[in-house]
Amino acid sequence: MRNLVRNLFFTALIFTVAIGMACSGGTETKDGTSDAGGSVKLQGSGASFPKPIYEKWVNEYEKVKPNIKIDYQSKGSGGGQKDIIAEVVDFGASDDPMKDEDMAKAKGGDLLHIPTVLGAVVMTYNLEGVKDPLKLTPEVIAGIYMGDIKKWNDAKLKELNPEANLPDAEIQPVYRADSSGTTAVFTDYLSKTVPAFKEKVGPGKTPNWVKGVGAGAPRNDGVMGSVKQNANTIGYVEIAFAKANDLPTALIKNKAGNFVEANIENISAAGAGAIKDMPDDMRIKITNAEGENTYPISSFTYILAYKNQKDAVKGKALVDFLWWAINDGSKFAEELHYAPLPKEMVEKVEAKIKSITADGKPLYEGEKADAKKAGE
Amino acid sequence: MAKTGTIGDTIFRTILIIFASTILLIVVAMIYMMAVNSMPTIRAFGISFLTGSDWKPASNIFGALPFIFGTVVSSLIALIIAVPISLGIAIFLVEQAPKKLATPISFMVELLAAIPSVVYGLWGIFVLAPFLVNYLGPFLQTYLGWLPLFEGSPKGTGMMLTGGIIMAIMVTPIITAVVRDVLEVVPTTQREAALALGATQWETTKIVLGNAASGIAGAIVLGLGRALGETMAVTMVIGNSPSISASLFDPAHTIASVLAANFPEATDEMYLSALIEMGLVLFLVTFIVNGLAKLLVAKVAKDSGTAKAT
Amino acid sequence: MNESVHNRRKLVSKIMTTVTAACAIFAVSILLIILAYITIRGAASINWEFITSVPKPALDGGGGIGNAILGSAIMTVLASLIGLPIGIGAGVYLAEFGDNWFGSLVRFVSDTLIGVPSIIVGIFIYTLLVLPMGGASGFAGSVALSIIMIPIVARTTEEMIRLVPKSMREGALALGAPQWRVTWNIVMPAALSGIATGAILAIARISGETAPLLFTALNSRFFNYYIDEPMSSLTVQIYNFATGPFPNEQQMAWAASLILVGLILIINILVRILTRKKF
Repeated sequence: MRNLVRNLFFTALIFTVAIGMACSGGTETKDGTSDAGGSVKLQGSGASFPKPIYEKWVNEYEKVKPNIKIDYQSKGSGGGQKDIIAEVVDFGASDDPMKDEDMAKAKGGDLLHIPTVLGAVVMTYNLEGVKDPLKLTPEVIAGIYMGDIKKWNDAKLKELNPEANLPDAEIQPVYRADSSGTTAVFTDYLSKTVPAFKEKVGPGKTPNWVKGVGAGAPRNDGVMGSVKQNANTIGYVEIAFAKANDLPTALIKNKAGNFVEANIENISAAGAGAIKDMPDDMRIKITNAEGENTYPISSFTYILAYKNQKDAVKGKALVDFLWWAINDGSKFAEELHYAPLPKEMVEKVEAKIKSITADGKPLYEGEKADAKKAGE
Repeated sequence: MAKTGTIGDTIFRTILIIFASTILLIVVAMIYMMAVNSMPTIRAFGISFLTGSDWKPASNIFGALPFIFGTVVSSLIALIIAVPISLGIAIFLVEQAPKKLATPISFMVELLAAIPSVVYGLWGIFVLAPFLVNYLGPFLQTYLGWLPLFEGSPKGTGMMLTGGIIMAIMVTPIITAVVRDVLEVVPTTQREAALALGATQWETTKIVLGNAASGIAGAIVLGLGRALGETMAVTMVIGNSPSISASLFDPAHTIASVLAANFPEATDEMYLSALIEMGLVLFLVTFIVNGLAKLLVAKVAKDSGTAKAT
Repeated sequence: MNESVHNRRKLVSKIMTTVTAACAIFAVSILLIILAYITIRGAASINWEFITSVPKPALDGGGGIGNAILGSAIMTVLASLIGLPIGIGAGVYLAEFGDNWFGSLVRFVSDTLIGVPSIIVGIFIYTLLVLPMGGASGFAGSVALSIIMIPIVARTTEEMIRLVPKSMREGALALGAPQWRVTWNIVMPAALSGIATGAILAIARISGETAPLLFTALNSRFFNYYIDEPMSSLTVQIYNFATGPFPNEQQMAWAASLILVGLILIINILVRILTRKKF
């Protein structure tokens, strides 16, 4: 019997400790993040490509509008598309424009693609003793990912990089295991430039990778983590991930024949070139674009939102956030190596944001919002 | 007996039956939901779903063989490593170690089973995988490189070997615990008889092992069941590549790991159906494997005349 | 001749003893190595901020896992509220009335359900709750965890009740007490400490589950007190942090593992000290 009492006592103790820990944690930070006024919570999910900038935006926006909480879960563009189609989130995110057949499945009606920033998919690698950025052509990248180029000191790599001290080691390519917009951008580029790649692997969020070549990792985070952790690897990630981890990024040969770096200027060039071809729904791919210094594996990244918002309060919060993101938010882009939307495009995107409605009424109230901002 | 008693009994019993039925209901609901949701691929591919080796979601071609291969091979690696070690530990604990030593060791081995899978994964990425790539891998490559099993170079980005080894660590405590329990129910008289006839301790142990054979088989099958369904740790170290390769240095993919990696994003009806069908296959296989394990272990308990079941 | 055979047999026996002892030492070393890594890598970054604040953007550094601790606690408690009554009830049934075909069936199904991969439970709950409810939620995560818990609790409860001596119930039954009173007032209290122990171990087990939460509870950046919204958990947070490239996130994964493993081990060790029974 004594045993029983002791046991019950300890059970209670364990519970109390666990709950106590949780609660003390809760109250501690509550004053920091929540607001007394009616707070609105937005749930978003999708692309990992813009994860660094979205996390930054959400954090900064909280300072501007403490009553709007935005929870962005990066799980890959495919996941974002799935979630918005099934209406299990308030907004989705994808770098790869949705296909017509997927848009038709959307449960909540018309879906809008709202471009937020431009980013670059870079080739990053973990090679000891290689100091200067490697030069790569689409043919060589395709060769590596199709298993034709197996070693770092392959003749084709040496020819491009005569100075580099390339090791006699197996290349370990890393790709995305999940359905990924980054993969879509990457494979779209290689499919446009290398016919054999198009035939064998093809473009898409989950292309038909050549069996036995490379390993898969989840999200941009996973590919970057895998490359960083292991020698002789190469992977494709959004540039913010490579820069944040101090890993080199290759110079890529563009359409004009120049080896270009993925910097903001060169990424912006790809965006600017796209404006004249921009369709009304903004679904566009800008890989392998024209221009002397255009970085060829660039992409817009999109927020996916329903044109008719079911919940006016949430819809309003989303619209305000998007408006803030493409205007005030753009100043945070550059430090994270994303390129802000070209000026000519911002207006078009603003028009898109204005077209979002709830119960037939537009949600964006420009003057009021501006007045409020002036008052702050 | 008072009448209230019988009414009370009926109510009490009914409530308990409802609780007990919940367990059956859960399993039936699981099978039903998965079967319904995997109908599209079952209809479209039939048995070729299990034998097809091409997995191309983009082209709506679904062959689950690479995942079945990865699941089976990684589980086999786990068993090849874990079974002898588990047997060794269990024999040591039951037959050889003094009780003072056996109790803490037994407990510590059990603690291995308490560590969450995701923590094994974390440790796998940052400790085990680098160790395999830098030490064990090159060693195997140098001395056994002529075997197709160790062709190529070991890959820290994920390989079958890492997945198998981490699974081995995870199933060891499970197999050990069952073998230990099985050995404990073998009557002491058998050991005494053997020793009295002049057998050494090891010879006695062999006799005990022989008598507990079906229970040991049960323990191994139970370990297999656990290995087949192991998810997080494996996903984190196996490389997630649906290919079939003889080399343990190449990345692989298991049914559980493809579900963890790709289930959240499957929009397409066929893709989703294909993933759920694999879930159904895994469910049925582990269900059968575990059932088999229970029968084997129960047999020892029955043969030994004790009711101790694990 | 006879002597040498005998010596050889003795030698073999000695060698085998050494080999089996080596196996035991090997397994124990692996445990110690894993615990050492978790402790050394994790301890450095455990501080008040880490335990009480939410994660910051990966590139900013800092932040913590307070919301994940809260989420894990809420979901574990809720899963226990659902799972324990059902599991214990089923266990009582099996022990007291389960010696028939239905009892055998439930027993067999429970045993096999214990071995079903937890990712399957996640998929099941995704189709059953997440899709109809229009989103991932702490509630869906809790239900998934409770499904893992129920068969474990049912089987340990049954075993514990069966350990209660027959004489205790026979005495009460002979005095004319109805069966349910005997079970409720005599057998259950006698088995309570054992049932509680089984329940605690089941709680420890589900607190380490990741796979069933991946699609059901998802994850969240915030402290979340509402179970109809996505909820963060220690395990999912460890998975996300561990697979990424950011050193501060990896650091947080180790520290979160230390907290999680620490709690689980403390529970296991306490249970072991408080009961001399085997689990």
